[in-house]
Amino acid sequence: MVAVKRVVDYAVKIRVKPDKSGVETQNVKMSMNPFCEIALEEALKIKESGLAKEVVAVSMGPSNCVDTLRTGLAMGADRAIHVEASRDLVPLTVAKLLKKLVEIENPGLLILGKQAIDDDCNQTGQMIAGLLGWPQGTFASKVVLDKEKQVATVDREVDGGLETLCLDLPAVITTDLRLNQPRYATLPNIMKAKSKPIKKFTLEELNVEIKSDLEVVQVTEPPKRKAGVILSSVDELIDKLKNEAHVI
Amino acid sequence: MEKLRATSSLRRSLKSILNRQLSSVSEIRYLNGKRSCQPTFNLIRDHKNLGEANSIRYRCFSSVSTVVQRNPSFSTLNPDDISYFKQLLGEKSVIQDEDRLETVNTDWMHKYKGSSKLLLQPRTTEEVAQILKYCNSRRLAVVPQGGNTGLVGGSVPVFDEVIVNLGSMNNIISFDKVSGILVCEAGCILENLISFLDNQGFIMPLDLGAKGSCQIGGNVSTNAGGLRLVRYGSLHGNVLGLEAVLANGDVLDMLGTLRKDNTGYDLKHLFIGSEGSLGIVTKVSILTPPKLSSENIAFLACRDYSSCQKLLMEAKRKLGEVLSAFEFLDIQAMDLVLNHLDGVRNPLPATMHNFYVLIETTGSDESYDREKLEAFLLSSMEGGLISDGVIAQDINQASSFWRIREGVPEALMKAGAVYKYDLSLPVEKLYDLVNDMRTRLGDLARVIGYGHLGDGNLHLNVSAAQYDDKILEQIEPYVYEWTSKHRGSISAEHGLGLMKANKIYYSKSPETVKTMGSIKKLLDPNGILNPYKVLPHSLNS
Repeated sequence: MVAVKRVVDYAVKIRVKPDKSGVETQNVKMSMNPFCEIALEEALKIKESGLAKEVVAVSMGPSNCVDTLRTGLAMGADRAIHVEASRDLVPLTVAKLLKKLVEIENPGLLILGKQAIDDDCNQTGQMIAGLLGWPQGTFASKVVLDKEKQVATVDREVDGGLETLCLDLPAVITTDLRLNQPRYATLPNIMKAKSKPIKKFTLEELNVEIKSDLEVVQVTEPPKRKAGVILSSVDELIDKLKNEAHVI
Repeated sequence: MEKLRATSSLRRSLKSILNRQLSSVSEIRYLNGKRSCQPTFNLIRDHKNLGEANSIRYRCFSSVSTVVQRNPSFSTLNPDDISYFKQLLGEKSVIQDEDRLETVNTDWMHKYKGSSKLLLQPRTTEEVAQILKYCNSRRLAVVPQGGNTGLVGGSVPVFDEVIVNLGSMNNIISFDKVSGILVCEAGCILENLISFLDNQGFIMPLDLGAKGSCQIGGNVSTNAGGLRLVRYGSLHGNVLGLEAVLANGDVLDMLGTLRKDNTGYDLKHLFIGSEGSLGIVTKVSILTPPKLSSENIAFLACRDYSSCQKLLMEAKRKLGEVLSAFEFLDIQAMDLVLNHLDGVRNPLPATMHNFYVLIETTGSDESYDREKLEAFLLSSMEGGLISDGVIAQDINQASSFWRIREGVPEALMKAGAVYKYDLSLPVEKLYDLVNDMRTRLGDLARVIGYGHLGDGNLHLNVSAAQYDDKILEQIEPYVYEWTSKHRGSISAEHGLGLMKANKIYYSKSPETVKTMGSIKKLLDPNGILNPYKVLPHSLNS
């Protein structure tokens, strides 16, 4: 099972809303979170090597999430699940919802992107592993599955270098940038995707509350970098360093 | 094939020039990043002591040994001229420094090199007018220069013409948010204009690979085409007005911002595309289209050229108003790009296809455009027009498709020597030329075809390890004769410049060219603006 998120496209120039309540998302190009693309690609690779039966893509949010799921299906996922939710979901809620879906679907492996590029939380994967009591391999840069022994060997990118873990399945893996390069959605697959099923769930059906413990107070842009000044002589430089910057 | 003798009076020793040219590596901004070019200039020295003058036989790699005579009626610079310019423009705008002159004397492809001794950088139209008035009275030849990204040697001096570079005139004068009319000076770099307009919610009607360096004045003077012509039309339609300075210093203020103005002869069209030979464009007023939110792009593979053609017809009909670009590359071009450029991934790795087509749509409603594109592509696939294809799912994938198409010229430069041709041909016949050239050249060189199929514009390139006259003989004048036979244009968008100055008769009748000569004589009686270029040398008395 792969969880994917619909976010503002990575290449778009972000603007903050005038009322500082958030980022401008109207009329802005949205696409699948890059790390989620990598997660889906990894799942497809695992299925193509014969170690998995099917790949299910999951997304949560308003009805336009279906676009992202269609992309996932066009890349090669077999089925999709859409959890209808009208408000922005925090990672803990997503993790609780995923737990319910895992109980229904019983996947052998749960793969997510390490973080979403809109909130940079990097929490969902770790939380769901905690809720399920499953082992977790986060920031994966290499994944090798052994079906017989039911373990996954994961290379993790950590600050000090690479760490290799061996996880018993079922497990949660979150993907990092260097794991793979996601495939393009080819036309034949886009055609097939139109007939693949997308199952809908509502929050009531899954019996999860979206009571958020977090409140966004304000969103502001980082301070603009001041332009540099071109000086015309060394004397002027010394003068500025002495009197303005106070470093000599 | 003509063989003329080039004569020019040199002030530096020939040996030092030879060494400098063979060892210099210049960095020029192109596409979206820096790239270093190695000079592929093969200079053959023919020392003949004719008293003061030395003769050099230039080998221009686009036409067989054309050798041009320096017009003796032009004066040469003297110290009084220099002091006049310094007094007029200030010390900073008068450049005689050898290193800087080196760069402005050489074109982007390192095929043409002049020997100008003076670079002027005026900051206002008034300064340009004074410069031209003075040069006209002194009979000093002048080369107007912008971003120096031209591909036909039109932006650099042939001999010692004074270079007037408009790069310092880069102010945006005004922008009307309601109508989208932008008024700016000629030295504004295209990419800067695109960023400025992006913030306002508009885009420039033209887009080309050289946008990081090319200036709008140059684009207008050469009537640049680019990638979006199929949607937004040519500059003749988008430029609402311009301000130009004539050879005698008169300033023609035709800087209207009106969409419709039928008062008298529309002279601005003379300056659009005349490559600086009738006047120097100093300000431009241009109509910019609004930026539409939904852009979709597909990279497709076709089995043969007739499928590409049918695909184009279908695209124009079914995608109609949202189609914004239709480009094609053949298998050789794709191969070259994949081998010579870094960070480029084949979107259809399964097999190499004979032809690749890139279709872009721009519209205001994301889901509607998407559905339209998908429906069109699926029906084309079912109809057998497309063998395979991918649709970009996000902006990164879209840029990677454009990188492939925009990277072909760069890949060609890296592959060695390249002979470039830019032809307009009827769409059915377009690729026949490529096949003919392949048969003619056989093993001598690789022939690559790509271009703006939506406009019927073929960029024919012949790539070889080194420049060789044997190859050139097979190409010219066959290519020009072939094009002429099908009533095509020997220069679709690049212009005539120096490279094709004497080739105009392949595409225009003698009477037409004679009339052009009369207009040139009228507007520039002393012929000081960009001499030796655009019109045949035989027209100059």
